Amino acid sequence: MKKLCKKAYFYFILIFLYAPILTLVVFSFNDAKSRGKWGGFSLRWYKELFHNSQIMDALVTTIVLALLAAFISTVIGTVAALALHKSGTRLRKSMINLTYLPMLNSDIVTGVSLMLLFTFFHLDLGFVTLLLSHITFCIPYVILSVMPKLYGMNQSVFEAALDLGASQLQAYKKIVLPDILPGIISGFLMSITLSIDDFVISFFNTGNGVKNISILVYTSKTGVKPENYALSSIMFGAVLILLLIINIKEKKKSTEVNY
Amino acid sequence: MKVKKSLYMVALFPFLIWLILLVVVPLMLIGYYGFTNAAGIFSFDNFHQFFQPDYLRVLWRSLYLSLVATVFCLLAGYPVAMILAGNTFRKKTLLVVLLIAPMWMNFLLRTYAWLTLLEGNGVFNTILQAMGLPKQSFLGNTNAVVFGMVYNFLPYMIFPIYNSISKIPKNILEAARDLGGGNATCFFRIILPLSVPGIISGITMVFVPGVTTFVISQFLGSGKVTLIGDIIEQQFMHAGNWGFGSAISIVVMVVVVVCMWLVNRFSDDSGVMMP
Repeated sequence: MKKLCKKAYFYFILIFLYAPILTLVVFSFNDAKSRGKWGGFSLRWYKELFHNSQIMDALVTTIVLALLAAFISTVIGTVAALALHKSGTRLRKSMINLTYLPMLNSDIVTGVSLMLLFTFFHLDLGFVTLLLSHITFCIPYVILSVMPKLYGMNQSVFEAALDLGASQLQAYKKIVLPDILPGIISGFLMSITLSIDDFVISFFNTGNGVKNISILVYTSKTGVKPENYALSSIMFGAVLILLLIINIKEKKKSTEVNY
Repeated sequence: MKVKKSLYMVALFPFLIWLILLVVVPLMLIGYYGFTNAAGIFSFDNFHQFFQPDYLRVLWRSLYLSLVATVFCLLAGYPVAMILAGNTFRKKTLLVVLLIAPMWMNFLLRTYAWLTLLEGNGVFNTILQAMGLPKQSFLGNTNAVVFGMVYNFLPYMIFPIYNSISKIPKNILEAARDLGGGNATCFFRIILPLSVPGIISGITMVFVPGVTTFVISQFLGSGKVTLIGDIIEQQFMHAGNWGFGSAISIVVMVVVVVCMWLVNRFSDDSGVMMP
Protein backbone atom coordinates (compact mmCIF):
# COMPACT_ATOMS: atom_id res chain seq x y z
CA MET A 1 0.00 0.00 0.00
CA LYS A 2 2.75 2.37 1.05
CA LYS A 3 4.76 1.38 -1.96
CA LEU A 4 1.77 2.03 -4.17
CA CYS A 5 1.39 5.55 -2.74
CA LYS A 6 5.04 6.26 -3.39
CA LYS A 7 4.79 5.01 -6.95
CA ALA A 8 1.63 7.00 -7.56
CA TYR A 9 3.28 10.17 -6.26
CA PHE A 10 6.34 9.63 -8.43
CA TYR A 11 4.22 9.11 -11.53
CA PHE A 12 2.21 12.20 -10.65
CA ILE A 13 5.40 14.27 -10.66
CA LEU A 14 6.45 12.71 -13.96
CA ILE A 15 3.08 13.62 -15.48
CA PHE A 16 3.51 17.16 -14.16
CA LEU A 17 6.95 17.41 -15.78
CA TYR A 18 5.86 15.87 -19.07
CA ALA A 19 2.45 17.54 -19.50
CA PRO A 20 3.71 20.53 -21.49
CA ILE A 21 6.13 18.38 -23.47
CA LEU A 22 3.35 16.00 -24.46
CA THR A 23 1.26 19.01 -25.40
CA LEU A 24 4.00 20.23 -27.71
CA VAL A 25 4.41 16.83 -29.31
CA VAL A 26 0.66 16.36 -29.78
CA PHE A 27 0.19 19.82 -31.25
CA SER A 28 3.12 19.33 -33.60
CA PHE A 29 0.87 16.82 -35.41
CA ASN A 30 -2.07 19.21 -35.41
CA ASP A 31 -3.37 20.22 -38.80
CA ALA A 32 -4.91 23.50 -37.55
CA LYS A 33 -2.69 26.52 -37.18
CA SER A 34 -4.08 27.82 -33.89
CA ARG A 35 -2.97 26.11 -30.73
CA GLY A 36 -5.72 24.78 -28.53
CA LYS A 37 -7.85 23.66 -31.46
CA TRP A 38 -7.44 20.18 -32.87
CA GLY A 39 -7.76 20.03 -36.64
CA GLY A 40 -6.77 16.45 -37.29
CA PHE A 41 -3.52 14.57 -37.61
CA SER A 42 -0.97 15.80 -40.11
CA LEU A 43 2.75 15.94 -40.73
CA ARG A 44 2.37 19.38 -42.26
CA TRP A 45 4.55 21.22 -39.74
CA TYR A 46 7.34 18.72 -40.09
CA LYS A 47 7.39 19.39 -43.81
CA GLU A 48 7.21 23.15 -43.40
CA LEU A 49 9.88 23.08 -40.73
CA PHE A 50 12.56 22.29 -43.28
CA HIS A 51 11.41 25.13 -45.52
CA ASN A 52 11.35 27.68 -42.71
CA SER A 53 14.69 29.42 -43.16
CA GLN A 54 14.34 31.37 -39.90
CA ILE A 55 14.06 28.24 -37.79
CA MET A 56 16.73 26.42 -39.77
CA ASP A 57 19.12 29.36 -39.33
CA ALA A 58 18.41 29.43 -35.61
CA LEU A 59 18.99 25.70 -35.39
CA VAL A 60 22.34 25.96 -37.18
CA THR A 61 23.34 28.90 -34.96
CA THR A 62 22.40 26.95 -31.83
CA ILE A 63 24.35 23.85 -32.84
CA VAL A 64 27.47 25.64 -34.12
CA LEU A 65 27.46 27.88 -31.07
CA ALA A 66 27.10 24.97 -28.67
CA LEU A 67 29.89 22.94 -30.29
CA LEU A 68 32.32 25.86 -30.53
CA ALA A 69 31.61 27.15 -27.03
CA ALA A 70 31.87 23.66 -25.55
CA PHE A 71 35.11 22.91 -27.39
CA ILE A 72 36.87 26.18 -26.51
CA SER A 73 35.73 26.18 -22.91
CA THR A 74 36.74 22.54 -22.51
CA VAL A 75 40.26 23.31 -23.76
CA ILE A 76 40.68 26.44 -21.63
CA GLY A 77 39.04 24.82 -18.61
CA THR A 78 41.07 21.63 -18.77
CA VAL A 79 44.39 23.43 -19.21
CA ALA A 80 43.44 25.78 -16.39
CA ALA A 81 42.50 22.88 -14.12
CA LEU A 82 45.86 21.20 -14.81
CA ALA A 83 47.75 24.41 -14.08
CA LEU A 84 45.70 25.20 -10.99
CA HIS A 85 46.27 21.70 -9.70
CA LYS A 86 50.01 22.37 -9.71
CA SER A 87 50.01 25.94 -8.46
CA GLY A 88 50.33 27.12 -4.87
CA THR A 89 47.40 26.81 -2.51
CA ARG A 90 46.81 30.51 -2.01
CA LEU A 91 46.75 31.36 -5.71
CA ARG A 92 44.60 28.33 -6.36
CA LYS A 93 42.06 29.15 -3.70
CA SER A 94 41.56 32.75 -4.76
CA MET A 95 41.35 31.86 -8.44
CA ILE A 96 38.87 29.07 -7.88
CA ASN A 97 36.69 31.41 -5.85
CA LEU A 98 36.72 33.87 -8.74
CA THR A 99 35.90 31.05 -11.14
CA TYR A 100 32.74 30.19 -9.27
CA LEU A 101 31.55 33.80 -9.29
CA PRO A 102 29.66 33.46 -12.60
CA MET A 103 27.98 30.31 -11.29
CA LEU A 104 26.69 32.08 -8.19
CA ASN A 105 25.62 35.19 -10.03
CA SER A 106 22.20 35.05 -11.52
CA ASP A 107 22.06 34.69 -15.30
CA ILE A 108 20.62 38.14 -15.73
CA VAL A 109 23.53 39.82 -13.94
CA THR A 110 26.08 37.83 -15.94
CA GLY A 111 24.26 38.64 -19.16
CA VAL A 112 23.96 42.33 -18.42
CA SER A 113 27.55 42.67 -17.26
CA LEU A 114 28.87 41.04 -20.44
CA MET A 115 26.68 43.27 -22.57
CA LEU A 116 28.17 46.30 -20.81
CA LEU A 117 31.64 44.94 -21.51
CA PHE A 118 31.04 44.37 -25.21
CA THR A 119 29.45 47.75 -25.78
CA PHE A 120 32.10 49.45 -23.68
CA PHE A 121 34.77 48.06 -25.99
CA HIS A 122 32.67 48.78 -29.11
CA LEU A 123 32.29 45.16 -30.08
CA ASP A 124 29.26 44.73 -32.31
CA LEU A 125 26.78 42.40 -30.69
CA GLY A 126 26.41 39.31 -32.83
CA PHE A 127 27.74 35.77 -33.15
CA VAL A 128 31.19 36.57 -31.71
CA THR A 129 29.83 38.18 -28.56
CA LEU A 130 27.32 35.35 -28.25
CA LEU A 131 30.16 32.85 -28.44
CA LEU A 132 32.29 34.74 -25.91
CA SER A 133 29.41 34.90 -23.46
CA HIS A 134 28.71 31.18 -23.81
CA ILE A 135 32.37 30.32 -23.28
CA THR A 136 32.24 32.46 -20.16
CA PHE A 137 29.46 30.58 -18.47
CA CYS A 138 30.73 27.15 -19.59
CA ILE A 139 34.34 27.33 -18.31
CA PRO A 140 33.46 27.05 -14.59
CA TYR A 141 31.49 23.86 -15.21
CA VAL A 142 34.41 22.31 -17.09
CA ILE A 143 36.81 23.16 -14.27
CA LEU A 144 34.30 21.86 -11.76
CA SER A 145 34.12 18.48 -13.47
CA VAL A 146 37.85 18.12 -14.25
CA MET A 147 39.23 19.22 -10.84
CA PRO A 148 37.85 16.27 -8.79
CA LYS A 149 39.35 13.81 -11.27
CA LEU A 150 42.76 15.45 -10.88
CA TYR A 151 42.57 15.14 -7.12
CA GLY A 152 41.36 11.57 -7.34
CA MET A 153 44.34 10.67 -9.56
CA ASN A 154 47.24 8.61 -8.28
CA GLN A 155 50.11 11.09 -8.28
CA SER A 156 52.84 8.45 -7.93
CA VAL A 157 52.02 6.89 -11.28
CA PHE A 158 52.79 10.24 -12.88
CA GLU A 159 56.04 10.49 -10.94
CA ALA A 160 56.93 6.90 -11.83
CA ALA A 161 56.50 7.74 -15.50
CA LEU A 162 58.89 10.67 -15.10
CA ASP A 163 61.41 8.47 -13.25
CA LEU A 164 61.23 5.93 -16.03
CA GLY A 165 62.30 8.57 -18.52
CA ALA A 166 59.05 9.93 -19.89
CA SER A 167 59.03 13.61 -20.71
CA GLN A 168 56.52 15.87 -18.98
CA LEU A 169 54.40 15.97 -22.09
CA GLN A 170 54.49 12.20 -22.53
CA ALA A 171 53.56 11.68 -18.92
CA TYR A 172 50.61 14.04 -19.28
CA LYS A 173 49.48 12.38 -22.47
CA LYS A 174 49.81 8.81 -21.30
CA ILE A 175 49.05 9.02 -17.60
CA VAL A 176 47.09 12.12 -16.67
CA LEU A 177 44.87 12.54 -19.71
CA PRO A 178 43.35 9.04 -19.67
CA ASP A 179 42.69 9.43 -15.96
CA ILE A 180 40.82 12.70 -16.23
CA LEU A 181 39.13 11.97 -19.56
CA PRO A 182 35.71 11.16 -18.04
CA GLY A 183 35.79 14.56 -16.32
CA ILE A 184 36.70 16.32 -19.55
CA ILE A 185 33.93 14.56 -21.45
CA SER A 186 31.30 15.34 -18.84
CA GLY A 187 32.45 18.97 -18.80
CA PHE A 188 32.12 19.08 -22.58
CA LEU A 189 28.65 17.55 -22.56
CA MET A 190 27.51 19.82 -19.77
CA SER A 191 28.74 22.83 -21.73
CA ILE A 192 26.76 21.74 -24.78
CA THR A 193 23.64 21.32 -22.67
CA LEU A 194 24.03 24.69 -21.00
CA SER A 195 24.71 26.41 -24.29
CA ILE A 196 21.70 24.91 -26.06
CA ASP A 197 19.38 25.67 -23.19
CA ASP A 198 20.57 29.19 -22.42
CA PHE A 199 18.26 32.05 -23.06
CA VAL A 200 18.91 34.91 -20.64
CA ILE A 201 22.64 35.45 -21.29
CA SER A 202 22.20 35.00 -25.05
CA PHE A 203 19.31 37.45 -25.06
CA PHE A 204 21.50 40.29 -23.78
CA ASN A 205 24.53 39.49 -25.89
CA THR A 206 23.24 38.95 -29.37
CA GLY A 207 22.45 41.39 -32.13
CA ASN A 208 22.44 41.88 -35.87
CA GLY A 209 19.68 39.35 -36.24
CA VAL A 210 21.73 36.44 -34.90
CA LYS A 211 19.25 34.19 -33.10
CA ASN A 212 19.44 30.83 -31.42
CA ILE A 213 16.31 28.77 -30.85
CA SER A 214 15.59 30.31 -27.44
CA ILE A 215 15.76 33.85 -28.75
CA LEU A 216 13.64 32.93 -31.75
CA VAL A 217 10.94 31.55 -29.46
CA TYR A 218 11.11 34.59 -27.20
CA THR A 219 10.91 37.15 -29.98
CA SER A 220 7.90 35.38 -31.50
CA LYS A 221 6.18 34.78 -28.19
CA THR A 222 2.86 36.16 -29.36
CA GLY A 223 2.75 33.60 -32.13
CA VAL A 224 5.17 30.72 -31.77
CA LYS A 225 4.85 28.86 -35.03
CA PRO A 226 3.78 25.23 -35.01
CA GLU A 227 7.03 24.45 -36.85
CA ASN A 228 8.75 25.14 -33.55
CA TYR A 229 6.68 22.39 -31.94
CA ALA A 230 7.81 20.02 -34.65
CA LEU A 231 11.45 21.01 -34.21
CA SER A 232 11.36 20.64 -30.44
CA SER A 233 9.58 17.31 -30.72
CA ILE A 234 12.35 16.03 -32.99
CA MET A 235 15.06 17.40 -30.69
CA PHE A 236 13.38 15.95 -27.62
CA GLY A 237 12.96 12.57 -29.27
CA ALA A 238 16.62 12.54 -30.29
CA VAL A 239 17.78 13.47 -26.79
CA LEU A 240 15.52 10.91 -25.13
CA ILE A 241 16.79 8.14 -27.40
CA LEU A 242 20.40 9.22 -26.77
CA LEU A 243 19.91 9.23 -23.00
CA LEU A 244 18.24 5.83 -23.08
CA ILE A 245 21.08 4.36 -25.16
CA ILE A 246 23.67 5.73 -22.73
CA ASN A 247 21.57 4.36 -19.91
CA ILE A 248 21.40 0.88 -21.40
CA LYS A 249 25.13 0.88 -22.16
CA GLU A 250 25.97 1.90 -18.62
CA LYS A 251 23.74 -0.77 -17.25
CA LYS A 252 25.65 -3.37 -19.23
CA LYS A 253 28.91 -2.08 -17.80
CA SER A 254 27.85 -2.31 -14.19
CA THR A 255 24.75 -3.25 -12.29
CA GLU A 256 25.56 -0.67 -9.61
CA VAL A 257 23.79 2.67 -9.94
CA ASN A 258 26.24 5.51 -10.02
CA TYR A 259 24.90 9.01 -10.42
CA MET B 1 61.91 23.21 -10.95
CA LYS B 2 61.88 26.87 -11.97
CA VAL B 3 61.26 26.06 -15.60
CA LYS B 4 58.37 23.85 -14.59
CA LYS B 5 56.73 26.60 -12.57
CA SER B 6 56.86 29.11 -15.39
CA LEU B 7 55.38 26.51 -17.73
CA TYR B 8 52.38 26.21 -15.45
CA MET B 9 52.03 29.95 -15.41
CA VAL B 10 51.91 29.93 -19.22
CA ALA B 11 49.23 27.25 -19.08
CA LEU B 12 47.31 29.41 -16.66
CA PHE B 13 47.48 32.41 -18.96
CA PRO B 14 44.38 31.95 -21.17
CA PHE B 15 42.35 31.19 -18.09
CA LEU B 16 43.64 34.30 -16.34
CA ILE B 17 42.75 36.48 -19.30
CA TRP B 18 39.27 34.97 -19.36
CA LEU B 19 38.89 35.50 -15.62
CA ILE B 20 39.91 39.14 -15.72
CA LEU B 21 38.33 40.20 -19.01
CA LEU B 22 35.07 38.30 -18.92
CA VAL B 23 34.37 37.94 -15.22
CA VAL B 24 36.02 40.69 -13.21
CA VAL B 25 35.92 43.62 -15.65
CA PRO B 26 32.21 43.17 -16.51
CA LEU B 27 31.30 43.21 -12.83
CA MET B 28 33.41 46.33 -12.36
CA LEU B 29 31.56 47.91 -15.27
CA ILE B 30 28.24 47.20 -13.56
CA GLY B 31 29.66 48.94 -10.51
CA TYR B 32 30.86 51.84 -12.65
CA TYR B 33 27.51 52.37 -14.38
CA GLY B 34 25.58 51.87 -11.17
CA PHE B 35 27.52 54.46 -9.19
CA THR B 36 27.71 57.20 -11.82
CA ASN B 37 25.06 59.54 -13.15
CA ALA B 38 24.37 60.44 -16.78
CA ALA B 39 27.33 62.83 -16.80
CA GLY B 40 29.69 60.08 -15.68
CA ILE B 41 30.23 61.56 -12.22
CA PHE B 42 30.16 59.44 -9.06
CA SER B 43 26.71 59.56 -7.48
CA PHE B 44 24.07 57.55 -5.70
CA ASP B 45 21.29 58.86 -7.95
CA ASN B 46 20.49 55.45 -9.41
CA PHE B 47 20.15 53.94 -5.97
CA HIS B 48 17.99 56.84 -4.77
CA GLN B 49 15.78 56.18 -7.74
CA PHE B 50 15.53 52.52 -6.85
CA PHE B 51 14.74 52.90 -3.17
CA GLN B 52 11.24 54.16 -3.85
CA PRO B 53 8.15 52.28 -2.63
CA ASP B 54 7.19 51.20 -6.15
CA TYR B 55 10.48 49.50 -6.95
CA LEU B 56 10.93 48.09 -3.47
CA ARG B 57 7.50 46.51 -3.81
CA VAL B 58 8.67 44.78 -7.00
CA LEU B 59 11.84 43.56 -5.30
CA TRP B 60 9.82 42.29 -2.35
CA ARG B 61 7.35 40.56 -4.69
CA SER B 62 10.21 38.82 -6.55
CA LEU B 63 11.77 37.60 -3.32
CA TYR B 64 8.42 36.51 -1.90
CA LEU B 65 7.21 34.65 -5.01
CA SER B 66 10.57 32.95 -5.43
CA LEU B 67 10.54 31.94 -1.76
CA VAL B 68 7.05 30.45 -2.12
CA ALA B 69 8.18 28.57 -5.23
CA THR B 70 11.28 27.32 -3.39
CA VAL B 71 9.15 26.01 -0.49
CA PHE B 72 6.81 24.24 -2.92
CA CYS B 73 9.80 22.75 -4.76
CA LEU B 74 11.26 21.51 -1.47
CA LEU B 75 7.97 20.02 -0.27
CA ALA B 76 7.22 18.40 -3.64
CA GLY B 77 10.81 17.48 -4.48
CA TYR B 78 12.03 15.97 -1.22
CA PRO B 79 9.65 12.98 -1.37
CA VAL B 80 10.62 12.42 -5.00
CA ALA B 81 14.30 12.38 -4.05
CA MET B 82 13.59 9.96 -1.19
CA ILE B 83 11.51 7.63 -3.34
CA LEU B 84 14.24 7.69 -5.99
CA ALA B 85 16.97 6.93 -3.43
CA GLY B 86 14.91 4.26 -1.70
CA ASN B 87 13.97 0.83 -2.98
CA THR B 88 10.50 1.52 -4.32
CA PHE B 89 11.61 1.13 -7.90
CA ARG B 90 14.02 -1.32 -9.43
CA LYS B 91 14.89 0.50 -12.65
CA LYS B 92 16.31 3.54 -10.92
CA THR B 93 18.66 4.74 -13.66
CA LEU B 94 15.82 4.82 -16.12
CA LEU B 95 13.78 6.99 -13.76
CA VAL B 96 16.68 9.37 -13.25
CA VAL B 97 16.93 9.68 -17.03
CA LEU B 98 13.19 10.32 -17.25
CA LEU B 99 13.47 13.09 -14.67
CA ILE B 100 16.45 14.71 -16.43
CA ALA B 101 15.03 14.53 -19.96
CA PRO B 102 12.47 17.36 -19.65
CA MET B 103 15.32 19.73 -18.85
CA TRP B 104 16.70 19.10 -22.33
CA MET B 105 13.62 20.56 -23.92
CA ASN B 106 13.99 24.26 -24.53
CA PHE B 107 12.87 26.02 -21.37
CA LEU B 108 10.98 28.73 -23.23
CA LEU B 109 9.04 26.22 -25.27
CA ARG B 110 8.15 24.25 -22.17
CA THR B 111 6.86 27.39 -20.48
CA TYR B 112 5.07 28.35 -23.65
CA ALA B 113 3.38 24.97 -23.74
CA TRP B 114 1.75 25.71 -20.41
CA LEU B 115 0.03 28.62 -22.11
CA THR B 116 -1.59 26.17 -24.50
CA LEU B 117 -2.80 24.14 -21.54
CA LEU B 118 -3.89 26.94 -19.24
CA GLU B 119 -5.08 29.86 -21.38
CA GLY B 120 -8.69 31.02 -21.73
CA ASN B 121 -9.53 28.66 -24.59
CA GLY B 122 -6.82 26.20 -23.63
CA VAL B 123 -6.89 22.47 -23.09
CA PHE B 124 -7.81 22.58 -19.38
CA ASN B 125 -10.68 24.97 -19.91
CA THR B 126 -11.99 22.88 -22.78
CA ILE B 127 -12.01 19.87 -20.46
CA LEU B 128 -13.73 21.89 -17.71
CA GLN B 129 -16.39 23.04 -20.12
CA ALA B 130 -16.93 19.54 -21.41
CA MET B 131 -17.63 18.51 -17.83
CA GLY B 132 -20.08 21.37 -17.48
CA LEU B 133 -17.87 23.40 -15.16
CA PRO B 134 -17.25 27.13 -15.49
CA LYS B 135 -14.10 28.43 -17.18
CA GLN B 136 -11.21 29.41 -14.98
CA SER B 137 -8.60 32.05 -15.65
CA PHE B 138 -5.35 30.43 -14.64
CA LEU B 139 -2.95 32.96 -16.13
CA GLY B 140 -2.00 36.53 -15.46
CA ASN B 141 -1.67 36.29 -11.69
CA THR B 142 1.00 35.54 -9.11
CA ASN B 143 -0.15 31.92 -8.76
CA ALA B 144 0.64 31.31 -12.41
CA VAL B 145 4.13 32.77 -11.95
CA VAL B 146 4.82 30.63 -8.89
CA PHE B 147 3.48 27.62 -10.78
CA GLY B 148 5.86 28.35 -13.66
CA MET B 149 8.81 28.65 -11.30
CA VAL B 150 7.96 25.36 -9.57
CA TYR B 151 7.58 23.63 -12.91
CA ASN B 152 10.86 24.92 -14.33
CA PHE B 153 13.06 24.57 -11.27
CA LEU B 154 11.72 21.41 -9.58
CA PRO B 155 14.44 19.12 -11.06
CA TYR B 156 17.10 21.45 -9.63
CA MET B 157 15.68 20.72 -6.19
CA ILE B 158 15.27 16.97 -6.67
CA PHE B 159 18.78 16.09 -7.88
CA PRO B 160 21.00 17.66 -5.21
CA ILE B 161 18.77 16.15 -2.50
CA TYR B 162 18.74 12.79 -4.27
CA ASN B 163 22.53 12.86 -4.44
CA SER B 164 22.98 13.58 -0.75
CA ILE B 165 20.37 11.03 0.34
CA SER B 166 21.88 8.28 -1.77
CA LYS B 167 25.29 9.01 -0.25
CA ILE B 168 24.02 8.20 3.27
CA PRO B 169 25.69 4.90 4.25
CA LYS B 170 23.12 2.15 4.62
CA ASN B 171 24.68 0.86 7.83
CA ILE B 172 23.84 4.05 9.70
CA LEU B 173 20.17 3.53 8.94
CA GLU B 174 20.45 -0.16 9.84
CA ALA B 175 22.11 0.72 13.13
CA ALA B 176 19.34 3.18 13.90
CA ARG B 177 16.71 0.53 13.22
CA ASP B 178 18.57 -2.05 15.33
CA LEU B 179 18.58 0.43 18.18
CA GLY B 180 14.80 0.67 17.92
CA GLY B 181 14.39 3.81 15.84
CA GLY B 182 11.10 4.06 13.99
CA ASN B 183 10.50 5.57 10.59
CA ALA B 184 10.05 9.07 11.98
CA THR B 185 13.19 8.89 14.10
CA CYS B 186 15.24 7.61 11.18
CA PHE B 187 13.95 10.40 9.00
CA PHE B 188 14.31 13.32 11.40
CA ARG B 189 17.57 12.23 13.05
CA ILE B 190 19.44 10.71 10.15
CA ILE B 191 18.08 11.29 6.65
CA LEU B 192 17.02 14.91 7.06
CA PRO B 193 20.17 16.19 8.83
CA LEU B 194 22.45 14.33 6.43
CA SER B 195 20.65 15.68 3.40
CA VAL B 196 21.04 19.31 4.47
CA PRO B 197 23.87 19.99 1.96
CA GLY B 198 21.60 18.78 -0.83
CA ILE B 199 18.74 20.90 0.47
CA ILE B 200 20.98 23.96 0.57
CA SER B 201 22.19 23.59 -2.99
CA GLY B 202 18.64 22.81 -4.08
CA ILE B 203 17.38 25.99 -2.44
CA THR B 204 20.16 28.01 -4.09
CA MET B 205 19.44 26.52 -7.50
CA VAL B 206 15.73 27.30 -7.26
CA PHE B 207 15.69 30.57 -5.35
CA VAL B 208 18.33 32.52 -7.32
CA PRO B 209 16.91 31.94 -10.82
CA GLY B 210 13.42 32.43 -9.40
CA VAL B 211 14.18 35.90 -8.05
CA THR B 212 15.66 37.09 -11.32
CA THR B 213 13.42 35.44 -13.90
CA PHE B 214 11.67 37.60 -16.44
CA VAL B 215 10.55 34.98 -18.92
CA ILE B 216 8.13 33.21 -16.60
CA SER B 217 6.51 36.44 -15.46
CA GLN B 218 6.11 37.61 -19.04
CA PHE B 219 4.76 34.31 -20.37
CA LEU B 220 2.57 33.03 -17.55
CA GLY B 221 1.98 36.32 -15.74
CA SER B 222 0.81 37.80 -19.07
CA GLY B 223 2.86 40.89 -18.24
CA LYS B 224 0.62 41.68 -15.27
CA VAL B 225 3.08 40.45 -12.64
CA THR B 226 6.22 42.57 -12.73
CA LEU B 227 9.33 41.05 -11.19
CA ILE B 228 12.73 42.60 -10.61
CA GLY B 229 14.10 40.76 -13.65
CA ASP B 230 11.48 42.47 -15.81
CA ILE B 231 12.66 45.86 -14.62
CA ILE B 232 16.32 45.10 -15.30
CA GLU B 233 15.39 43.82 -18.75
CA GLN B 234 13.33 46.95 -19.46
CA GLN B 235 16.11 49.30 -18.36
CA PHE B 236 18.71 47.64 -20.58
CA MET B 237 16.70 46.62 -23.61
CA HIS B 238 13.98 49.27 -23.87
CA ALA B 239 14.62 52.30 -21.68
CA GLY B 240 18.36 52.41 -22.38
CA ASN B 241 18.98 53.53 -18.79
CA TRP B 242 22.06 51.44 -18.10
CA GLY B 243 22.98 53.22 -14.91
CA PHE B 244 19.66 52.45 -13.30
CA GLY B 245 19.69 48.88 -14.64
CA SER B 246 23.18 48.36 -13.23
CA ALA B 247 22.15 49.74 -9.85
CA ILE B 248 19.24 47.28 -9.68
CA SER B 249 21.60 44.46 -10.68
CA ILE B 250 23.90 45.42 -7.82
CA VAL B 251 21.00 45.44 -5.35
CA VAL B 252 19.86 42.03 -6.61
CA MET B 253 23.40 40.63 -6.29
CA VAL B 254 23.71 41.87 -2.73
CA VAL B 255 20.26 40.61 -1.72
CA VAL B 256 20.91 37.17 -3.20
CA VAL B 257 24.30 36.91 -1.48
CA VAL B 258 22.75 37.92 1.85
CA CYS B 259 19.92 35.38 1.44
CA MET B 260 22.37 32.60 0.62
CA TRP B 261 24.55 33.56 3.55
CA LEU B 262 21.53 33.35 5.85
CA VAL B 263 20.60 29.93 4.49
CA ASN B 264 24.14 28.68 5.01
CA ARG B 265 24.27 30.06 8.53
CA PHE B 266 21.01 28.38 9.36
CA SER B 267 22.36 25.07 8.11
CA ASP B 268 25.66 25.33 10.02
CA ASP B 269 23.60 25.43 13.15
CA SER B 270 22.64 21.81 12.64
CA GLY B 271 20.86 21.65 15.99
CA VAL B 272 17.99 23.54 14.42
CA MET B 273 17.25 20.68 12.09
CA MET B 274 17.09 18.13 14.90
CA PRO B 275 13.90 17.71 16.91
